[in-house]
Amino acid sequence: MAVPDTVAARPGATPSPPTGRTPRRPRRPDAGYWLYLLPGAALFLLVIGGPLVYTGYLSLTKWSGVGDPSFIGLDNYRTLLTDDVFWTSFTNTIAMIVAMVVLPTLIGLVLAAVLFDTIGRRFRPRTAAALRAAFYLPQVLPVVVAGIVWGWILRPDGALNGLLDAIGLGTLSHDWLGDPDTALPMVMAVMIWVQLGYPVVVFMAALERVNPELYEAAEIDGAGWWRRFRAITLPQIRPETFVVGLTCTIAAMKVFGPIYALTRGGPENATNVPSYFAYFTFFKRLNVGYGSAISMVLTLIIVVVAVLFIRAQNRAERRDGGI
Amino acid sequence: MAVTLTPPRTGGRTRRVPDRHHRGVTRWIVLALVTVAALVMLVPFAFMLLNAFKSPGDYSTNGPLSWPTEFYTTGLRTYWEQVDFPVKLWNSILISGSVAVLAVVVSLLSAYALGIGRVRGRLWIIGLFLLANMLPQEALIYPLYHFAKEAGLYNTRLAVIIIFTVIQAAFGTYLLASVLSTFPRPLLEAAALDGAGKWRILWRVVLPNVRPTISVLLVFFFIWTWNEFLIPLVMLIDNQTQTIPVALASLQGDRLMDAPTTNAGALLSLLPAILFFLVFQRTLARGITAGADK
Repeated sequence: MAVPDTVAARPGATPSPPTGRTPRRPRRPDAGYWLYLLPGAALFLLVIGGPLVYTGYLSLTKWSGVGDPSFIGLDNYRTLLTDDVFWTSFTNTIAMIVAMVVLPTLIGLVLAAVLFDTIGRRFRPRTAAALRAAFYLPQVLPVVVAGIVWGWILRPDGALNGLLDAIGLGTLSHDWLGDPDTALPMVMAVMIWVQLGYPVVVFMAALERVNPELYEAAEIDGAGWWRRFRAITLPQIRPETFVVGLTCTIAAMKVFGPIYALTRGGPENATNVPSYFAYFTFFKRLNVGYGSAISMVLTLIIVVVAVLFIRAQNRAERRDGGI
Repeated sequence: MAVTLTPPRTGGRTRRVPDRHHRGVTRWIVLALVTVAALVMLVPFAFMLLNAFKSPGDYSTNGPLSWPTEFYTTGLRTYWEQVDFPVKLWNSILISGSVAVLAVVVSLLSAYALGIGRVRGRLWIIGLFLLANMLPQEALIYPLYHFAKEAGLYNTRLAVIIIFTVIQAAFGTYLLASVLSTFPRPLLEAAALDGAGKWRILWRVVLPNVRPTISVLLVFFFIWTWNEFLIPLVMLIDNQTQTIPVALASLQGDRLMDAPTTNAGALLSLLPAILFFLVFQRTLARGITAGADK
């Protein structure tokens, strides 16, 4: 989601209509509009700006939440550098990006193309819409609910082991979330299930924009499915791919609810992520300064990633001569 | 970048390319594969449904895959009473509904100044709002928790409403500002010539024109807030204030729930979401592409 070019491109000096008032001195045409920004700005400072700055300050202190914070400079950040849990949690973020961005986007691209190009055009549109709804359904429910259902499915007495028993693979039964070796892959699988519908729906909507004659012409020229996918589908939906990539990457770096519901970061931190680590440090270990430092590092990384994404997107657009 | 609300499907106009290459079989195979994939997505729901109506005894003897031996609703009732479900439902509705309305109002006011008023520095301001929406909530949570305690708002729904109004409005401002920046100027000028002030123009000219975008935002703010977890988890600690996801998760945390009750609880908790999904499917499909389209 880049800052919209349409806003950037318009010169601000659009002549404004006569307001009826006779200004004593020349005023900028936008003068009176500031008033409308006040409620939003005030609330922003109260709920976001102020707290963020305060967290920044707290990250430089030692504080348990009662009494006064004592200033300790960069000590928290120095401790972070040698904290294994911190490094594990950030490594797990990469796993989350694979599970919430890379795989859903790739699978979603193919699914959307198949649903649109093959099923949508060769069967009734209703068929494609119904299938799309099935993929999208996990996106609507609260992730915590999804986490709890999956937590039960993966329990030792849960449905997955029951299923394995039923098909004669009972020897594979496992405490899927309780074993450090399988917990992370299982959490990743759940996240793919949760996330998949989002790219499918966005990409399918994007494809509706594409002129169907493009596909028909390509087909008459003898282009197979794969050619059409590469030459038409992919380039046409690139803007959406950026948006999906950016929003999902940020969601992956912030992921909290599913981890809380599935594993609470365990076993042995195998599924810990920065968000959960910060939450735990704030409210269970009562180490507010350290928790703030974790949050600040995470914030910084998210901002950097977002800026890089937006830049890459703008560059790609300029290369295409603007869209 | 406009919120291109996906054009209504032109249902009857799907032109079929004549199958020249005997694609008859291939397309059926593709359909079968995708259908299987879609069914796999639904399997967890089926498991949940199957086990929500079992007695704990039935579950422990026959396992999670068997058909329930009787139609057992005590699990549902236990969960309903144990968490005081109607209260949780009301809390979720109250919080999400208030946030949706308030956030839309705040977004519209800010976006009016940014998109139509083009106040100085608007690009920075929009960037700042966008950033606010991307921030991890952990970076705000402790100060918010602390301030809420000082202000006597801790464990109140009002605290959560205020916080999410701002977080959602940050996104709404970004989106609406970009929509309003392409607002037809002649319309504004004509209204101004007729003597309408800024306030009047906002409500009488701008608002009616962006109503579709606003309805999308309302639905999304409602759902996003409904599904939020971290801030309600921290802010709402007792039975009278908690939302549905928090209630479900905190029960599960006790590890006291047997499998059927877990499933009954999950089923009850996702019913409102599914209902909402069915009612607003169209708006959702439109809305999810809002901001994605160029």
